[in-house]
Amino acid sequence: MTYIAKPRLHHPELPKNALGFTRRDYEGRVSTLCAGCGHDSISASIVQACFELDLQPHRLAKLSGIGCSSKTPDYFLSHSHGFNTVHGRMPSVLTGANLANRDLIYLGVSGDGDSASIGLGQFAHSIRRGVNMAYIVENNGVYGLTKGQFSATSDKGSKSKKGVVNTDSAIDMVMLALQLGATYVARSFSGDKAQLVPLIKGAIAHRGPAFIDCISPCIAFNNHAGSTKSFDYVREHNEAVNRLDYITGRAPIHAAYEPGETIEVTQHDGSVLKLRKVAADYDPRDRIAAMAFLQERDAAGEIVTGLLHVDPDSHDLHDHLGTVSAPLNRLPDDALVPGSAALEKINGALR
Amino acid sequence: MEPTNTEAPEYFHKVVDCQWACPAHTPVPEYIRLIAAGRYSDAYMVNWKSNVFPGILGRTCDRPCEPACRRGRVEEEPVAICRLKRVAADNKDDITARLPKAPERKNGFRVACVGAGPASLAVARDLAPLGYHVTVFDGDPKGGGMIRTQIPRFRLPEEVIDEEVGYITGLGLDMKYGQRIESLKALLAEPYDAIFVGSGAPRGRDLDVPGREEARANIHIGIDWLSNVSFGHIEKIGKRVIVLGGGNTAMDCCRTSRRLGGEDVKVIVRSGYDEMKASPWEKEDAQHEGIPILNFLAPKAFTYEGTNGSTRLTGVVFQKMGWTTDDKGKRRLLPTGEPDQHFECDDVLVAIGQENAFPWIERDVGLEFDEWDMPKVDPVTLQSTNPKVFFGGDAAFGPKNIIWAVAHGHDAAISIDRFCRGQDVGLRPPPNVLQSSQKMGIHEWSYDNDISNDERHRVPLLEKDKALSSIKFEVELGFDKGLGYAETQRCLNCDVQTVFSTPACIECDACVDICPMDCITFTANGEESDLRTRLKAPAENETQDLYVSGTLPTGRVMVKDEDVCLHCGLCAERCPTGAWDMQKFLLDMTHAGEKACGR
Ligand SMILES: Cc1cc2nc3c(=O)[nH]c(=O)nc-3n(C[C@H](O)[C@H](O)[C@H](O)COP(=O)(O)OP(=O)(O)OC[C@H]3O[C@@H](n4cnc5c(N)ncnc54)[C@H](O)[C@@H]3O)c2cc1C
Ligand SMILES: Cc1ncc(C[n+]2csc(CCOP(=O)(O)OP(=O)(O)O)c2C)c(N)n1
Ligand code: SF4
Ligand code: SF4
Ligand code: SF4
Ligand SMILES: [Mg+2]
Repeated sequence: MTYIAKPRLHHPELPKNALGFTRRDYEGRVSTLCAGCGHDSISASIVQACFELDLQPHRLAKLSGIGCSSKTPDYFLSHSHGFNTVHGRMPSVLTGANLANRDLIYLGVSGDGDSASIGLGQFAHSIRRGVNMAYIVENNGVYGLTKGQFSATSDKGSKSKKGVVNTDSAIDMVMLALQLGATYVARSFSGDKAQLVPLIKGAIAHRGPAFIDCISPCIAFNNHAGSTKSFDYVREHNEAVNRLDYITGRAPIHAAYEPGETIEVTQHDGSVLKLRKVAADYDPRDRIAAMAFLQERDAAGEIVTGLLHVDPDSHDLHDHLGTVSAPLNRLPDDALVPGSAALEKINGALR
Repeated sequence: MEPTNTEAPEYFHKVVDCQWACPAHTPVPEYIRLIAAGRYSDAYMVNWKSNVFPGILGRTCDRPCEPACRRGRVEEEPVAICRLKRVAADNKDDITARLPKAPERKNGFRVACVGAGPASLAVARDLAPLGYHVTVFDGDPKGGGMIRTQIPRFRLPEEVIDEEVGYITGLGLDMKYGQRIESLKALLAEPYDAIFVGSGAPRGRDLDVPGREEARANIHIGIDWLSNVSFGHIEKIGKRVIVLGGGNTAMDCCRTSRRLGGEDVKVIVRSGYDEMKASPWEKEDAQHEGIPILNFLAPKAFTYEGTNGSTRLTGVVFQKMGWTTDDKGKRRLLPTGEPDQHFECDDVLVAIGQENAFPWIERDVGLEFDEWDMPKVDPVTLQSTNPKVFFGGDAAFGPKNIIWAVAHGHDAAISIDRFCRGQDVGLRPPPNVLQSSQKMGIHEWSYDNDISNDERHRVPLLEKDKALSSIKFEVELGFDKGLGYAETQRCLNCDVQTVFSTPACIECDACVDICPMDCITFTANGEESDLRTRLKAPAENETQDLYVSGTLPTGRVMVKDEDVCLHCGLCAERCPTGAWDMQKFLLDMTHAGEKACGR
């Protein structure tokens, strides 16, 4: 663990965003994770994404479960709201928070153990209910915090550091998310910030359940030969289907591409997702085709990354439930607690 | 770009900005750490070896290190390097036992030094311990040159000069005070194996405008006047004083006047405030003592009253000046045409520059002079065209400062030593370099890598009224131990280098993510000019190098911009494979007679 504080000094030319903040203003405390952990790069990407989005830190709530990955919210956005829940329960706490205060931006940070093992049910229901959130799984194929047991996302046939072969089938969280109705689904790699940062920005801006499966090598327990989540393995097998430019409604679009080379998706808030195609026929708007493509490439041993699915016409839990448009903490007391007469009336209607 | 060759000592030396900028290449961060550890005597000796006059320089150095200091680029102000030197000098124990001694048996070579200023004394300090018989001539009654004659006592107490000059004269030199050398030819005829000319730049420039002759009794040449003050020949000046000139001599003249009875003292300068030659801190100090600085006024005439033999200065007439741009687009300082201005005064001090003068060097002794009537001197060896005669300090290339005089002294001593031994003077000894990892445990380093957020600490001053009451009271009180410690913590330890190992790196990005200054980038290689634009933060300071690795497995290279690195070691702490290491790079200049390896 690093004991010294990260110096407050920063590069004199460090750019400021529309709020006058530098990227450094979005940082958290110095990481206590193992040196070289992929999770730290994801934290750095979240910092970068929030900076680029001109996000007001107090407008964001970061929620996590238990695990090395779930510890990371301490290492970014020190001025945001945070909730470190029990193991696997982040999705439910996030759902509750979102119901109570729909005005905040919700960032769920979890691990493969936290979300695919103990928390699988919670994960599934938060997605299928359409909770408006950006949900990132920092996927290293092991329970890092408890010293490297295989997790449920570990590929069948991959080897542990001690040489034990995993005989269980892997859960593919991207396929699950697609199946369960996530309207923004991406996979990325902690070692590719150029790809990851725009994906996080798009996910934060998306209305509805946005899910990112981010492969993130565990430097201590899963970065050896025989692992399918190591830096070397992921670099060798990474096949990006597209490259995303996230463009906010205000910013001018400068990058020019050949017609037919890009797909543009305008999200509900006016932001534009501009996708440069890498795989010629891949259209992420087509969920069924995406699932078929992914199954096929997965069988061929490729790790497909990029923005895999996006539904421009997405909705969220509040739309489904028809909830009140103001967050509960802004309702006056008499609206929030209408009194026993109102209760009588409701009960009467149900008799 | 090719992978950086960190084996060449220049590479890491350049990263230690202060040491690189110091003419004598004092290992600054090394002595700052010693001060932080309370090891004042050790810190003093590190300085003494490099710059010979730590107590003097700790009060008066022109400090080229400070504008170079990295701290000034990452925050507002540089480390108070110069005043920390004084902390070492003020708090050291008796160090006389640690000084070198002249050997009983001399080596048989005899060297004559002309002048007992810092340049000559540095030569003597390097040569005497090697067994040279060194004779030093000076027309003045005491040693130190302009350190003693020019720098006023309120900036530099005489005890400090006596002490540090004494350390050198104590090496068994043959001091010939009160003996001006009137002929180089005669000196060459004496049995000396080499001669070092450290006679300074002794002539103050005069101002030849109407009234100069008539009012001469109250018009003084600044440096002559200052040396008369230093030797106690002058103790008073008129109530209203005008100092002409904008350099450091002018600042010393005006501040000295304030202490010798001058109540209305003004500095009047031809150019603008920013173009003045005086160091910013000298200008501030003068203004702090209630001395106004008036700019854009060129002296045109001295006014006086009375006739024939009983004339008295009454003031100075000035022409108004201003910047204009001529047809060629060049900025020029020209009269504005506004009406002249007259300032009344009782005395004028002329401090408009200094010149070299060598009336005592005959032009037929094989020593060539150039078109500006300066001796032709090799900038590296300091040898003149007469191979036996070497120059240094202000005498070599015109007026500079003490630390340059010392640096010249070291270089000339090397040359003289090689010359006497019949070796090639052009072959210079390489510096001594020691490089060692600072890692002690996974997160433990043998240097303090926590970065202090303190801003530069101010040196406490003597209360103004008291300071102005006598020329003998030192104005600056110096940092006490506590303040000195706090200031040491601002040093970034730039000599603790970030050293990269290409084969060890697994390209995990941990160093990139942690670096507080965005120094590190992994990217495709390219030409330097192109790379500089593609880094995590654009590398616009081209005086600072890029550190480039060999090609990594992904085909990229690691590029580190040295510019604003804090040397915090976080990259090395967060690197899982030890591809980054923090290594102390200690460079010591090799002085005359020292072996280039081992210390
Ligand atoms: C007013 C003033 C203030 C200054 N303040 C500072 C300062 O704060 N910091 C700083 O770094 N520098 C300062 N300087 C500059 C600094 O003093 C000189 O650069 C430095 O002393 C030069 O050293 P030197 O050894 O070359 O010559 P000098 O110090 O000039 O010494 C030359 C010596 O040679 C003697 N000499 C000359 N000719 C002969 C001869 N023919 N025979 C025998 N002896 C001879 C002279 O008497 C003199 O003692 C200041 C200069 C002035 C004028
Ligand atoms: C209810 C409960 N069961 C088990 C644990 C032990 N435990 C702590 S972290 C962890 C797995 C974390 O794995 P993952 O979410 O992948 O995080 P990583 O450390 O790999 O980032 C487990 C099983 C626990 N803390 N709580
Ligand atoms: S921070 Fe310290 S080591 Fe670095 S340049 Fe300044 S004084 Fe020298
Ligand atoms: S020492 Fe390393 S982490 Fe610290 S500023 Fe320099 S490059 Fe960055
Ligand atoms: S932390 Fe070490 S291994 Fe990782 S990229 Fe930096 S130098 Fe390479
Ligand atoms: Mg895990």
